Parts: sequence; structure tokens; C-alpha cells
Amino acid sequence: MAAPDIVMYEEEFNQIKGIIAKLRVDANSKVVFLVDKNGQQIAAHGDIENLDTTSLASLTAGNVAATDGLARLIGEKEFSILFHEGEKDNIHISIVASRVILVVIFDERSSLGLVRLRVKKASEELNRVFSNIMAKVEKERASTGTTFESPFAEITDEDIDSLFS
Amino acid sequence: MTFINYASREINCKIVYYGPGLCGKTTNLQWIYEKTNPNAKGKLISLATETDRTLFFDFLPLELGTVRGFKTRFHLYTVPGQVFYDASRKLILKGVDGVIFVADSQVERMDANVEAIENLMVNLKSQGYDLLNIPYVLQLNKRDLPNVATVDEMKKALQRKNPGEPVYEACAARGTGVFETLKGVAKLVLADLTKTQ
Repeated sequence: MAAPDIVMYEEEFNQIKGIIAKLRVDANSKVVFLVDKNGQQIAAHGDIENLDTTSLASLTAGNVAATDGLARLIGEKEFSILFHEGEKDNIHISIVASRVILVVIFDERSSLGLVRLRVKKASEELNRVFSNIMAKVEKERASTGTTFESPFAEITDEDIDSLFS
Repeated sequence: MTFINYASREINCKIVYYGPGLCGKTTNLQWIYEKTNPNAKGKLISLATETDRTLFFDFLPLELGTVRGFKTRFHLYTVPGQVFYDASRKLILKGVDGVIFVADSQVERMDANVEAIENLMVNLKSQGYDLLNIPYVLQLNKRDLPNVATVDEMKKALQRKNPGEPVYEACAARGTGVFETLKGVAKLVLADLTKTQ
């Protein structure tokens, strides 16, 4: 429990940012973002200035978790794609590498077909990046006996108290 | 599951408020929301029924500052307390880093408290956690009411760890003990990270 399951390194983070930036352009969408299944935002790209991305991340994860629950109830492993259609904007949600959620927000300038097509391609690339991350974590675990080097190893009570001052 | 982003130097932790129906989980979050500096908090999201009972969860992101150069964010969640929402409760525990159990101090709610703690242990187990090993604190809420059980009685009935988990007396509606409880669990969560070495 103590060790985090996802550790994001600079190199992979930049690759991920590149992939979602490209997806945003290719799919002609407004916003693309990536969230982990627990509701933590990993990366976002597009018109996010007026968007509450933290809430969006948390609600998306809640939505996916509830839908996963529904899937299991009827004997499915998961519903890998969710689509919400609005008057102007639509949300396309898909699960990548079984652990992260890719969200694309688009309007009438794009179409569901185009988004699905581009998401599929981007998913494959993201899959590769997440496999690399997991391999890296595994390697580190094997070489040091720990999952990662905690920057908090020497955290003190004063550090924590100062957060609440 | 703490999410550490080395690239943007951020760390995100998930804290869940658990407890029986009407014990004051949402009230805790509302107090924190009201009393926190606007720059440090996001929106408080409540997925509730028309009668203001929590349906899925409440969510409040808090950004407390930096520790060792890492921006530290806490994502606070509550679960729906009503017994029949068990499936939703289970989902919210996914990836939890720390749990606050909010107990209702009224004598007549003691059975509900015990039942909710047992439920917490079962649901944590289904997500692969053990209550005895995760950062966990107990809040005795509604201490201002006249018909409350004594602190000793409540500790005896509700504490599960040995030595006992930290206990905080509170009156969430007036804010007493709310931040103390949050700080208590935050401390345990961050301290837990040091053990990963």
C-alpha cells in the first residue's frame, strides 16, 4: 500500500503530453485529458483555462467506476468506451491500458467517428508508454528492492505542520 | 494509491471519510470548504439526492502547499452512508491513501457505527487493503449533543488498531475538531510515504 502504483517520470510524461496534443489536433477536438482510475489528472491539453479539470477528473473516474460496476453486474469485464452527447459539446471516454482514462471533449467541428478513429490510434501509443513506465518501475524495484525512491524519506513533523499553518 | 508526478513535482493523496448515515461526513467537508483559503481549494462537488443525502460521493480538492519541493494535494471524498449504497461505497475506496471514520456519538447510533466499521473493513479488503495497515483515524462527531456515549465507551467499541488509532473529538457542524482530524490523517499518509524506502 505504501508504494505508489504509478510513478511518472519526465521522459514518459513528455511523451504522453505529445500524444494527447497530437490527438487533440487530429480529432479536431477542444480538450483531451488523461486521468488515472482513481481520479487523479495525469495530463491535459486544449482549452482548459475555463475548465475545472480537477472536478472533471474526479467525476470521470466516478463515472467509469460506476460503469465498471454495472459491467460486472451483467457479466462484462468493462465497458471500454463511454460517450455522452450534449447539445453543443460531447464527451468521449475510453479506457487505456486497463488503468488510465482518456477523455476527449469535442463539438460540432468534429464527429464521433473521427474521434473514435483517432482515439484508437492514440490509445495504442499510450499503451506503449504505460508499458514502458511499468517496466521502468519493475526494473527499479528489482535493482533497489523498492518500488521507487521516495522524496519524502526524510520528511519531518515540522514539514507536515507547516502545510496546515 | 498516492500519485507522484516527478515531472511536474506534484503529489496527490486520496482521503476518504467513511461512517454511518447522517454521522456528518459531508458536514466535515463543508466546514473545510468554507474555512479554506479560496486559492487552496477547488469546487466542492456533491452528488446528492434531492433531500441532500449523499448519493455517490462528495469531492473536495485541497492544495496545501509544498513538502520537500513537491506540491501536495489532498483529494477528500465522502461515501454515501446509507446501508443500501454499499456498491457505490466500495468504488470510492479504490486507490485510497487514508481513511477517516466519522462516528456518530449518540448512544442510539452505536450499533450503526459498529456496523459501518465492519463494513469498512470488508470493503477495504475487497480493494486489497487492510484497515490495520493503512493510515486511519477515528473521529467522534456530535460531541455537543446531550445523549452521547462516553469517549471511553466509544473507543472500546470502535477502535480496531493496537495500539489504538488516533481519536479526535469533534462537532463538525461548528467546526470543532474538523481540521485536527484532517491534519491527523494527512500526517499519517505523508509519514506512510517515508516507509517506502
